[in-house]
Amino acid sequence: MHPVTPVRTYVLIWLTLTILTFVTFYVSTINLGALNIVVALGIAFTKMMLVIWFFMHVRTDNPLTKLFVFAGFFWMAILLALTLGDYFSRAWMPLGKFW
Amino acid sequence: MGQQFDSATFGMWVFLLTEIMFFGGMFGAYTVYRSMYPEAFAATSNFMNPAFGAANTAVLIVSSLTMALAVRAAHLGQQKILQIMLVLTMIFGTAFLVIKGFEYHEHWVDMKVPLFPGHWAWDGPLAPPQFAHQAQILFCFYFFMTGFHAIHMVVGLGIMTTILLMARKGSFGPTYYTPVEVSGLYWHFVDIVWIFLFPLLYLIGHTKNLI
Amino acid sequence: MSTALQEPQTTETVNYLNAQYGWKSWLFTTDHKRIAVLYLISISVMFALGGVFAGLIRTELLTPEGDLFNSDTYNKIFTMHGVVMIFFFLIPSIPATFGNFLVPMMIGAKDLAFPRINLLSWYIYIAGALFALAAIVMGGVDTGWTFYTPFSTTYSNTFVITAAVGVFIAGFSSILTGLNFIVTVHKMRAPGMTWGRLPLFVWANYATALIQVLGTPVVAITLALVGLERAFHIGIFDPAIGGDPILFQHMFWFYSHPAVYIMILPGMGVISELVTCFSRKGVFGYSFIAGSSLGIAIIGFLVWGHHMFVTGMSMYAGLYFSFLTMVVAVPSAIKVFNWTATMFRGSISYETPMLYAFGFIGLFTIGGLTGLFLGTLGMDVHLTDTYFVVAHFHYVMVGGMVLAYMGALHFWWPKITGKMYPDGWGKFSALLVFVGFNLTFFPQFILGYLGQPRRYHAYAPEFQVLNVMSTAGASVLGVGFLIPLIYLLWSLKYGKAAGNNPWGAKGLEWTTQSPPTTFNFDVTPIVTEEAYEYAKHEEAHVG
Repeated sequence: MHPVTPVRTYVLIWLTLTILTFVTFYVSTINLGALNIVVALGIAFTKMMLVIWFFMHVRTDNPLTKLFVFAGFFWMAILLALTLGDYFSRAWMPLGKFW
Repeated sequence: MGQQFDSATFGMWVFLLTEIMFFGGMFGAYTVYRSMYPEAFAATSNFMNPAFGAANTAVLIVSSLTMALAVRAAHLGQQKILQIMLVLTMIFGTAFLVIKGFEYHEHWVDMKVPLFPGHWAWDGPLAPPQFAHQAQILFCFYFFMTGFHAIHMVVGLGIMTTILLMARKGSFGPTYYTPVEVSGLYWHFVDIVWIFLFPLLYLIGHTKNLI
Repeated sequence: MSTALQEPQTTETVNYLNAQYGWKSWLFTTDHKRIAVLYLISISVMFALGGVFAGLIRTELLTPEGDLFNSDTYNKIFTMHGVVMIFFFLIPSIPATFGNFLVPMMIGAKDLAFPRINLLSWYIYIAGALFALAAIVMGGVDTGWTFYTPFSTTYSNTFVITAAVGVFIAGFSSILTGLNFIVTVHKMRAPGMTWGRLPLFVWANYATALIQVLGTPVVAITLALVGLERAFHIGIFDPAIGGDPILFQHMFWFYSHPAVYIMILPGMGVISELVTCFSRKGVFGYSFIAGSSLGIAIIGFLVWGHHMFVTGMSMYAGLYFSFLTMVVAVPSAIKVFNWTATMFRGSISYETPMLYAFGFIGLFTIGGLTGLFLGTLGMDVHLTDTYFVVAHFHYVMVGGMVLAYMGALHFWWPKITGKMYPDGWGKFSALLVFVGFNLTFFPQFILGYLGQPRRYHAYAPEFQVLNVMSTAGASVLGVGFLIPLIYLLWSLKYGKAAGNNPWGAKGLEWTTQSPPTTFNFDVTPIVTEEAYEYAKHEEAHVG
């Protein structure tokens, strides 16, 4: 059972999420080159953490739940990292990229 | 009761772990193709409508708020507020699907649906022909990722209906609101998937509207 | 009320088998023990089906020419052998049967955390199996169990989607089982049952459950994409239109390599239980065995590229996958050393379960070591897609896992059914299995090294002698599996009553009656001793 979160907190988080949505939309219309992806994903990550931490009550959860939440994202990162590692390191091969 | 609540929420988190890996697999494949075909991707994003995406994002975020408030109401035994919040959540969830429907229709009319032979055409000034095949792949991923997400939304609406019916029978209160909490976790997770889909599919890599 | 030395209970006492009668009480049960029995029957049927396909393969390979089947039919046969054996026998095998039956009892609980989800997982398994059977009956699939693209997506003319749907569905059965075990072990241990006192069988199933939960969804989405590509004629993995078959393999093997650890870890858990009981000695290095289960589960997710060394994957990726493959062998080796150390100066007896345990340790070691050959980049270029690979994985899957499954079956049969089987026949069959297995698969190491490729219905004539040996061994192996079917079923009616603890083993499951009551324990046990506290110089056989 979690302690009851005040309505104020939920509304504040919602406001933050909505503002971040506007920000990410607006920033995407400006050409920042490679930074566009960084900013967009960074904002998405922040929004995700807000939802997880407050709306999904992980802030007041026990360490075991927090560990499992982290593990889920870590495992997805393993899939992405090692797969992309193959594709990106092909450029170092003598014959260059294969695509 | 505490142990059952603990077990149920933990169990739902373990299930959400499987969902992270399920969508993660798709995100992974999509990322590989994006990095393989950056120009083709830039071309496809000319056909995405960020306004639809932003509207959907806003709608889902509000639905997460109402869902969190519903769980809170169940915890406090506030039956009326619980039911109102559940209904609002479902309304916003349905609004999401309706907006998505408009968006899919627009793609259908624009001939950008590679799944059906009569509705895929890669031509026009915004569609460089050398990227036809890659664009098809990327559009497939667009439809699969948003499609699987939409399926999860529909399931979510089904779950909310069940919870609403149980709430109307007065099943929930301070000593027992586990199904509401657990359904809330599922709903928020579906929201989080969209939080990532929105920038990846609509916002980055496109060449139009850039200042 | 009950001790280990009391009168053997007859099955006329109320137990989970006779507490309720009628098909509804079985098909709507939420008792983990009944669900385990439902799984036991189902996977035995699938094992037999997979065995029939194996028999057909070995029969064709008696002669160098492809004279029994044409190549298309042969492709279907080995595909169905693989699909059935892997997805419908090995993956569920121990967790769904002995795991379901024993994990709650071993931790002192009345049932799993989510009994209805447990029943649902069995129904989902059956649904998946029906799709797979439909694919077989309609004409089969010929892509290999690995569904490599673009053959499976574009060029195959067989029932790929049906089979993929079957595997997809069965995957969810696996996920739900894993989910149940994880929550159960975390949240439902009896008072005093700390993590450090858990039977190693529970540790093994827990580690397996982690893999099931984290890995299976990826093969689910991969097969979903294959099905969608086939259904809509789009080109996600088709190189002709910009798709990448290597991406398919990355996604497929991300699950399918950890899947082999799903298939072996529970077996290792069983061996820990058998070795300690039949050596009358606590397991040597308990925390190392427990930790190595987790180690295998985690590192096992980092090595999948070793199935892809020759595909065109980057050499650098090959390097790190090869290195990690060497690393993942370490926890397995730790287990083998610890089991051996457990037996050292133990009071060893040679009942049927222990014979299977001995077989496992030797054969798994050979299988594991040959995996290291394959994990070496240079050697793999020579050995990949030859019979060396086939021999390697059959040594670990059959010589390892299936032997562990037989050991588990013979060890816990008295607990599950309340009956003893004739141990003489058990020992004889174990010997047949061991001899038959080695005769079948050892020649295949040589054949592979000499260059016979896998998945071909014909081979060069100079390989015939070894192939004939292999087929002869397969016949012996088949008999070795058939005989237990007979005497185990016989024992249900005519076997001696088993008593609570016919082996004198430690563990909460042996404190209950045989067969147990529906709720396992009248009173929640309170655990005060460490696992496997066998007294020194204890009698080899109690009761």
